[in-house]
Amino acid sequence: MDFLLAFIIGGLICVAAQITLDATPLTPAHVMVLFVSLGAIASALGLYQPLVELAGAGATIPLPSFGHALVQGMLEEFKLSGWLGLISGGLKATSLALTVAIIMGFLTALVFNPRD
Amino acid sequence: MRGKRKGRQTWTFSCVEVLAGAAIAGPKEGRGPLGDRFDIVKDDELMGMRSWEQAEMCLMEEAVRLAVLKAGLRPEQVDFMLAGDLLNQIICCNFTARNLSLPFLGLFAACATFAEALALGSLIIEGGFGGAVLTASCSHNKTAERQYRYPVEQNVQRAPTAHWTVTASGAVLLGLTGGRVRVTHATIGEVVDLGVKNPNDMGSAMAPAAAKTISAHFADTGRSPRDYDLVVTGDLGEFGTALVRELLFEEGIDIMDRLADCGLMIFDEKQDAHAGGSGAGCSASVFAGHLLRELEAGRLNRILLVGTGALFSPTSYQQGESIPCVAHACAVERLEGGKS
Repeated sequence: MDFLLAFIIGGLICVAAQITLDATPLTPAHVMVLFVSLGAIASALGLYQPLVELAGAGATIPLPSFGHALVQGMLEEFKLSGWLGLISGGLKATSLALTVAIIMGFLTALVFNPRD
Repeated sequence: MRGKRKGRQTWTFSCVEVLAGAAIAGPKEGRGPLGDRFDIVKDDELMGMRSWEQAEMCLMEEAVRLAVLKAGLRPEQVDFMLAGDLLNQIICCNFTARNLSLPFLGLFAACATFAEALALGSLIIEGGFGGAVLTASCSHNKTAERQYRYPVEQNVQRAPTAHWTVTASGAVLLGLTGGRVRVTHATIGEVVDLGVKNPNDMGSAMAPAAAKTISAHFADTGRSPRDYDLVVTGDLGEFGTALVRELLFEEGIDIMDRLADCGLMIFDEKQDAHAGGSGAGCSASVFAGHLLRELEAGRLNRILLVGTGALFSPTSYQQGESIPCVAHACAVERLEGGKS
């Protein structure tokens, strides 16, 4: 049941992104920012965490979860260190994902050449 | 003084012949319906070079050298070279001209560059300012993706209406005598902008410019679609070609079955090229590789090549500007009785 829910919820998020990409003049960059922002808003309204509990990886792998992580990081840091935490918390919570992306991107560029 | 001008925007030529043409294509183009019409088909898009840009220069230089060779000339016997490509500061052509040490005029009209080069080259020959003029243009899928869309390394999904910029080059050597095909007219197009802003739908953006130039050509010359075996647009794709047919029909011109598009000829449906091929190398390679051969062989007698170009830059598009477009037309026909 967990697998099925992850598959369906994760799939629905991707379908929504694909339809947005195909049916509007928005570029992939627009769609990426849009979905991260939607995730952040849903997270702030308390809507995204229930989705994560329901669908697991189906909700944590797609883009909105990055917005979710940003907002939750901000809120947590706010509790610990006050208003400044709103500024530092977001990147703190997402530093693992960002650093891995940068290092893997760099290593991939070193090892491979682009091709068709 | 009207001289050699007909109507508002058409030049007439009496002594411009096509001495030779050469077309080089990349692997995807080589697997397409015109694969056996190109002089050389590369089996690797990098062509042994270190960057996509160097690979595109390689395409350009080989096509240019081959066209000169096929005409039985040496590069130093060429009077002028007119060429353009799609990259910033048209570097492929600039660097090729450096390697050839030729008097060089760099041109940019996006994908209409080849037609512009052919028109201006013909003007030089007709005016007596040169006896052998090289005209060429090229494009490379990977350099164009980086220049206009996203670098291929970014692995961004392509829109269903997007074109596939061809990896190919075409070069044609114009001269006074010795050809089997001649250029008789060139109609210079005006820039048309109907406010299309989507760079993933350039066929629809360019169609009004193509229709305007085609109808201007018929009005200026008194000709009709019946006078041509083919009216070949550069890279309008499926959507754009249908739109041109419609726009011409509204003006009372029935183009019948004479309308074709280089971008649709170069790939077949199975090749996942979406709206069809595009790029400065598209009309150049299809003309130099395929259409010129058909004319020389007598399977076609007279065609109107209509290069179509979208004159936008990534900056203008990002700043929300619409896409102005241009189309230039060249009438090319077989010389009766072969070599003159």
